[in-house]
Amino acid sequence: MNDFSANSIVLKVKALSYFRNEEKIFGPIDFMLAGGNALLVKGGNGSGKTTLLRVLSGLLKAQSGEIRVEKPGNNHSDLSHSSAYLAHKPGHKAELSCLENLEYLQAIFDHADIGLIEAALIKVGLGGYEDTPAKQLSAGQNKRLGLARLLLSHSPCWLLDEPYANLDLQGIELVNRLIRDQTERGGAVLLTTHGAYAAPDVPCQTLVLADGRGHS
Amino acid sequence: MNSHQSALALFAAQCRRDLRLMLRRRGDITQPILFAIMVITLFTLATSAEPNKLAQLAPGIIWVAILLSSLLSLDSIYRSDFEDGSLEQMLMSPAPLALLIAARILVHWLSAVMPLVLLTPLFAQMLFLPGDLLTPLMISLLVGTPLISLVGAVIAALTVGIRHSGMLLALLALPLYVPILVFGAGAVVAASQGFAWLGAISLLGAGLVIAIVLAPVAAAAAIKISLT
Repeated sequence: MNDFSANSIVLKVKALSYFRNEEKIFGPIDFMLAGGNALLVKGGNGSGKTTLLRVLSGLLKAQSGEIRVEKPGNNHSDLSHSSAYLAHKPGHKAELSCLENLEYLQAIFDHADIGLIEAALIKVGLGGYEDTPAKQLSAGQNKRLGLARLLLSHSPCWLLDEPYANLDLQGIELVNRLIRDQTERGGAVLLTTHGAYAAPDVPCQTLVLADGRGHS
Repeated sequence: MNSHQSALALFAAQCRRDLRLMLRRRGDITQPILFAIMVITLFTLATSAEPNKLAQLAPGIIWVAILLSSLLSLDSIYRSDFEDGSLEQMLMSPAPLALLIAARILVHWLSAVMPLVLLTPLFAQMLFLPGDLLTPLMISLLVGTPLISLVGAVIAALTVGIRHSGMLLALLALPLYVPILVFGAGAVVAASQGFAWLGAISLLGAGLVIAIVLAPVAAAAAIKISLT
């Protein structure tokens, strides 16, 4: 695993709002997240957590506000090429095996070191499942496959949408361990939760989304 | 890290994934074939069993059957990638989306359309097409069907975010298929009347070259629009 030089990425969000058909989904929110830190976005169902992550990832364009990514060599106004996104959808094909899925994702994400895949699978508890098609894995194991993708991504910023969903106690412990490793490497983590889980024990800010407005 | 992969390696990685998926879903390959056979059978039942009359209609029937069959499979180009989040990963990756889409379209043509082209001699037998017209028919299909897939992929990209978009897709795509059908089937008709038929094929070929360059770029732009 490569280390990011400490605090190599800084994410600054100012007065960010998102509207769908004139209806406000969230905002305006402000926060700053530096490498080595985690930001826990809390809020009930429908409070705009997923939309916020999709806006930050560059999949959606916000109507107002500003996202600034300060990273050496970055020329994007969003995190689209410097983040790894774990969403509700698996992000891999059910018909392909764990190994085939990760090989493909490594290829399109421009990561040459295919040799790390097996180590990543063992780390997320999928050792021995290399050749199992993803559709034969449980929902929790599919989530773990998504976590293996994050591990391999080397992204300075992780965007995790409800990372604890479907996971057993060891799985939750695994997510917390991975988040700790990522922040210790100097990476940033942004995770959402509807509040039923404890925050990971890393330097952590909290952003509460309620009625679409953010409170730090 | 950041060993920038060549476009060819990316294209190959996408083709490898899609060919694997194609092999794991073998049932999807047989469906367009069965559909085309049924359409052709229905035509013979509904029109006449006289070989002379069928032979006259054969180029048009075969072209329409293959066109409709490929229309039905268009939605599957992006549907599963949209539903399982793979499309989001493709969008977020540094790889040019148009390149990945181009590979996706190529494999779609190989799996859903090319088998129909290969079975055309059988269809021609079913409809009593004179043997000397088989060559113009095969050539017109080999040039025309990739164009159908490329144009269809752009339309499918526009409707990717819409549930149950099948009919909308057909309504948008069919008008664009009219010139392809006119030139494709027209070339065979011209050949049957003893006229020069390569001119129409050349026009289709010119369209194909333009579409190979532009359609993946347009489809990538359309996907970005329909997902945001």
